[in-house]
Amino acid sequence: MAEVIEKTEQRIVDEGLDKGADKLTGDQIARVIKAVLENETGARLKVYVDTCVHCGLCSDACHIYLSQNRNPKFSPAGKVKRTMGEILKKKGRVSPEFIRDAAEVAYTECNLCKRCVQYCPFGIDVAYILLIVRRICHKLGVTPLYIQDTAHSHSVTMNQMWIKEDEWIDTLQWQEEDAREEMPNLRIPLEKEGADVMYSVIAPEPKFQPNLIYYTAILMNTAGINWTMPATPGWDNSDMAMFTGDNEIMGRIKRAQFDAAARLKVKKIVMGECGHAFRSVYDVGNRWLGWKMPPIPIVHAIEFYYDLLKAGKIKIREKYKKSVTLHDPCNVVRGAGLHEKARYVINEICENFIEMHPNREHNYCCNAGGGVINCGPPFKNKRVKSNSVKAKQIRDTGAEILITPCHNCHSGMEDIISYYNVNMHTKFIIDILYEVMEKPGD
Amino acid sequence: MNSPDSFGAIYNFVSGPLVWVAFIVFVGGSIYRFYDLIKLVNRKEKFIYSYMSWKYSLRSIIAWVTPFFPVNMRKHPVLTVVTYVFHLCLLITPVFVLGHGVLIKNAWNVRWWALPESIADFMTLMVIIGCIFFLVRRLVFREVKYVTTMSDYFLLAIVAAPFVTGFLCYHQVGNYDLLLILHILAGEIMLMAIPFTRLSHMLFAALTRAYIGSEFGKVRHARDW
Repeated sequence: MAEVIEKTEQRIVDEGLDKGADKLTGDQIARVIKAVLENETGARLKVYVDTCVHCGLCSDACHIYLSQNRNPKFSPAGKVKRTMGEILKKKGRVSPEFIRDAAEVAYTECNLCKRCVQYCPFGIDVAYILLIVRRICHKLGVTPLYIQDTAHSHSVTMNQMWIKEDEWIDTLQWQEEDAREEMPNLRIPLEKEGADVMYSVIAPEPKFQPNLIYYTAILMNTAGINWTMPATPGWDNSDMAMFTGDNEIMGRIKRAQFDAAARLKVKKIVMGECGHAFRSVYDVGNRWLGWKMPPIPIVHAIEFYYDLLKAGKIKIREKYKKSVTLHDPCNVVRGAGLHEKARYVINEICENFIEMHPNREHNYCCNAGGGVINCGPPFKNKRVKSNSVKAKQIRDTGAEILITPCHNCHSGMEDIISYYNVNMHTKFIIDILYEVMEKPGD
Repeated sequence: MNSPDSFGAIYNFVSGPLVWVAFIVFVGGSIYRFYDLIKLVNRKEKFIYSYMSWKYSLRSIIAWVTPFFPVNMRKHPVLTVVTYVFHLCLLITPVFVLGHGVLIKNAWNVRWWALPESIADFMTLMVIIGCIFFLVRRLVFREVKYVTTMSDYFLLAIVAAPFVTGFLCYHQVGNYDLLLILHILAGEIMLMAIPFTRLSHMLFAALTRAYIGSEFGKVRHARDW
């Protein structure tokens, strides 16, 4: 049956991949692969490749493998075999068609969630290997069209959504004005030097979900936080360049953010409920810039809410009544260990919390992160079909509300819920926190 | 092999100079692999040192040598049991089997602790069964078969050969002289293969665990098992 499905599956058309590969020559491919492998990889890749005993134990870690009828080509080791394995075996002498297909594997069949790292007896980092493949594809100009567009936006505007500087400021002032109807003294302080907190968001918030900025403004003002947001580039912490393999642009974006925080002389950067952005500022981008850990402390929203609730700066009027479950996002749970804090926050604000299984570090990936959802409509069907285990996992909780404190997870889950007809709605923590917290006017 | 003299000459050669060659290649090769690796880290990924942590390295290694502690081991109980028994028998049997102890005593007059013969025999059988199990896994399970290459079968054969021949020798099945020489040769081949094939996971597994354990513990504050 699996074979029948495979045969009827149509080849996905993506201009970025197809036309990018058309322009390649064998020599160019070999040259770029050699340069990346020689200049940008070292002991890790070598040991990973030499040590893997092909035991297949990573397979059960992968939501895509589990959802695709356990087709071995989607197992973590299977994906390495189809990409880096061939590249190394043929010493970089691979065809343009191969690069096109390897790009599809690396960009759309792996979310870099690192769950498989926890299932490998040797701790081999498959996500790292597939990131090297993405790096090669980026350098060869074979990247999916939609995610490449966001990388272009980063390089031109320093934000992901082509938002101009005046639009950004205007959006914040519009949210401030709206929120003042509810809380007359509320401010969204722009460019306030010496504030304790610089709040940063991902560009899709001002573009599509400005209400999240509104809620956060209410939260900040209620808790009496001395905060600010930059009016200059550096306000957007998202980073699709990290996922296309464009490390140079990634470095520029992260630098803009750290520079904005340094210029404003803030004590820390607090960020909204986003996972990949956290990975970029906390783990990846900082290292590219030569910082072992971020130069300015980075506090993810989960931890920020935790601190506020723990310190009693935010009080709960009445707990949220509907039953909720939590999807642990890879980048802040497997990437920062915020799972217990997330549970504390949810139990403080919700009456009925139901765990999904597996959970915490072992939660299944949303199949949207790692830039996969950003590869856009051409890959949407494949992405949603490749995560039936997730649909089952959330359906089994019987909860009414699915809390996903990460933007990519959030969007991915909405697609899964609608495709599989799961009777559930997704919410961010702040959606609920805003609803249940005590506000000064109450 | 027909005349006792030619057997003696071959036996003396494989159990004398060749043993030295095998051990020199094994030890020297292992040292070289480590040296080469450290050189590579120093040249290209020196940052690795700054993330390494003894505490989290050990945490990760201990977690992964403790049977049934990692989630994935619990998901594959049969494989977990076979893997532990296989690796323990593989490492212990050759060192403490009586026959090897006698050779050491004859060569250097050193007293060597020896396993009771029946136990060593049982452990040898466990290694052989382990090899068969791994072979069947490679042939039958789709996710293993897909990532298996010819070299994996070859490695299994290299590992199985000294134990199969040793088992046959002990039970005096077949041509004893021939099997004895094959047994010694097979053992030497296996030793020499360790540093230069995927058997090198014997050398590097602790290092890969230590690195990812440090990253997970110190930076990611998450469990890696």
